[in-house]
Amino acid sequence: MLKIISPIMRIIEIPMLFAQRRLGIQRLAWLFLLPNLLLFGLFAFLPVFLNFAYALTGGDGILLEDRPYVGGQNFATLTDCENYLDPNSCNRDFFWRAVHNTVWFVTLQVGFMVGFSLLTALILNRDIRARGFFRSVFFFPVLLSPVVVALIWKWILQRNGLLNSTLEGIGLEGFVWLLDRGWAFAWSVFLTVWAHMGFYTLILLAGLQAIPRDVYEAALMDRASPWRTFRKITLPLLAPTMLVVLVLALIRSVQTFDEVFAFTGGGPGSATTFIIQYIYQTGFAGAPRLFGLASAASLMLALILVILTGLQLWANRRNVDG
Amino acid sequence: MSMGKVLDFMTRTRGGAKMDWTDWVTYGYLGLGIFLMFFPVIWLIMSSFKTEADLQRYPPTFLPYQQETMMVDGYDDPLPLFLMTGGEYEGQVLAQVRRVGLQAQMVDPAAPQERLRVSIENREPVDRVSLAFENYTGLFERFNFLRFLWNSTFITVIATAIMLLVNSMAAFALSKYQFRGRTTVLLLVIGTLMIPQTVVLVPLFLITRELGMLNSLWGVIIPGAATPTGVFLLRQYMVTIPDEILDAARMDKASEWKIFWRIIVPLSAPAIAVLAILAIMWRWNDFLWPLIVLSESENFTLQLALNAFQGEMQTEWSSLLAMTVLTLLPVAVVFMFLQKYIATGIASTGGK
Repeated sequence: MLKIISPIMRIIEIPMLFAQRRLGIQRLAWLFLLPNLLLFGLFAFLPVFLNFAYALTGGDGILLEDRPYVGGQNFATLTDCENYLDPNSCNRDFFWRAVHNTVWFVTLQVGFMVGFSLLTALILNRDIRARGFFRSVFFFPVLLSPVVVALIWKWILQRNGLLNSTLEGIGLEGFVWLLDRGWAFAWSVFLTVWAHMGFYTLILLAGLQAIPRDVYEAALMDRASPWRTFRKITLPLLAPTMLVVLVLALIRSVQTFDEVFAFTGGGPGSATTFIIQYIYQTGFAGAPRLFGLASAASLMLALILVILTGLQLWANRRNVDG
Repeated sequence: MSMGKVLDFMTRTRGGAKMDWTDWVTYGYLGLGIFLMFFPVIWLIMSSFKTEADLQRYPPTFLPYQQETMMVDGYDDPLPLFLMTGGEYEGQVLAQVRRVGLQAQMVDPAAPQERLRVSIENREPVDRVSLAFENYTGLFERFNFLRFLWNSTFITVIATAIMLLVNSMAAFALSKYQFRGRTTVLLLVIGTLMIPQTVVLVPLFLITRELGMLNSLWGVIIPGAATPTGVFLLRQYMVTIPDEILDAARMDKASEWKIFWRIIVPLSAPAIAVLAILAIMWRWNDFLWPLIVLSESENFTLQLALNAFQGEMQTEWSSLLAMTVLTLLPVAVVFMFLQKYIATGIASTGGK
């Protein structure tokens, strides 16, 4: 490894040395920053501004000069609904279906995610044997790639799969799970909780371990019941960490795409199509490529994320102060 | 030590007290956890060693089985063996020559001259546990598997290397120099943290296209190379390295680049290692951006190939499962190395 790296570093050293003589030491910092700032500028900041431009233009050309200015028309198209609670009444009913699905998905998924993470963290925080091993067990799926996660569960849930044969083994009916709208949605929630729960469990576990032991010892002296100790000590002291976990889970959940796309392809019908998939299909998968609409939809998603990130910063600040 | 004592020892909990109901619930939950987290993956791995015929078997079995075959005099290929469960030849093991509708033509391996007619209801295949490695070897023969593996590996390695270099340079500048505009740059980095790739897909696509990196592995590597998370993580670590070390090196006329490369980078090794593992995971598992950038299948990463093939290979799970397992393999290896750190590192900050 060093044999490859060292010569490269020595080659870079020559211009850096030259620059150091010209600039002096403190201003050399900019040179160290340059590659990163270039990448940030080109692939993070510039796109943000361009995204606004795209959202205001129509047509299917990718170059901005090929794209006619249409003002707020893309937003008007996306939000053209008689009744926002009924996607069928919307002009882009596919978009509103994705919004509806996402809202339901986020509500359910984050609820289950935080609930199960908390339960698991509480159990892992007990005085158990092989604690380290159990901790990593729950973390394992976090490492798996989305497509692998999707295929594992697809394999188990298929018509001739493990789940159906187990169900029939105990006298129940087998079922084609992923062809049913409700079940496909429910399994999508399950699969994403399965895949990401370990991450939040670890954060909560760290939070639990940060609670000083002597508080519990004092409670024990006062003969507080375990339930009372949990409610009066654990929960309030864990609240800041819970808040961080909640907001992080929300931010991630709103952006769900990979697993569910590989799992159900957004179907059956559009039962598991979420906002990111709408953006992907509108801008990249279909013809014509409606970049304007995709950008407008991304901006609406970005708005949600900005609000959630604001919440996260606020949660983090409380966490630091508390 | 008596058996009772052993049992006592095995079930001992806090300070040797008896297991109470909460302990039972705890271990029950943990057992269920192991089952739910590992068993699906193990099931996938076991299934990947089954032949296509065995995969169609219902109800499925845990172990992979293959039908026993035998060379019989007068036939060029090995014939599958069946156990007769009824009829004239009940109890005998016969080899099947061919099947015609509900009838099968069989021969007794001991007396292969005479053809026997048997109803297919009266026979059952003779199975043995056997791993179908051809699922894996077939991947290399029939698909561009090595190509996808190479693409994924190339992207992961190069992107991680670039990211580590570029991020640690930036982190060095932000932690060890007092220059005008430092706060501004730091704020910019925080700003970038809040821009997920998912909301700037369209303009990112344009920029990548204009740079001529569409449908090239570089188009996947470069746009994700500067991560704010990485800069942050490394900066927080480098701040703790005492400035006196740098001053001493400057006294010895070391150049700033040498200080960075010979002192700061080695001293930040723990933080860089953490970031490297994160970066490898991110890149290896990346899906949406490669999906947009790479449209020709020869440039596909493993993830894209898997996803594309699951549509085409609905009927051929054997190849698909083998490919899934191979995609999972590096992750499993990382997990084995990480396990120790997950247990001791991240979670044990406060207690124990």
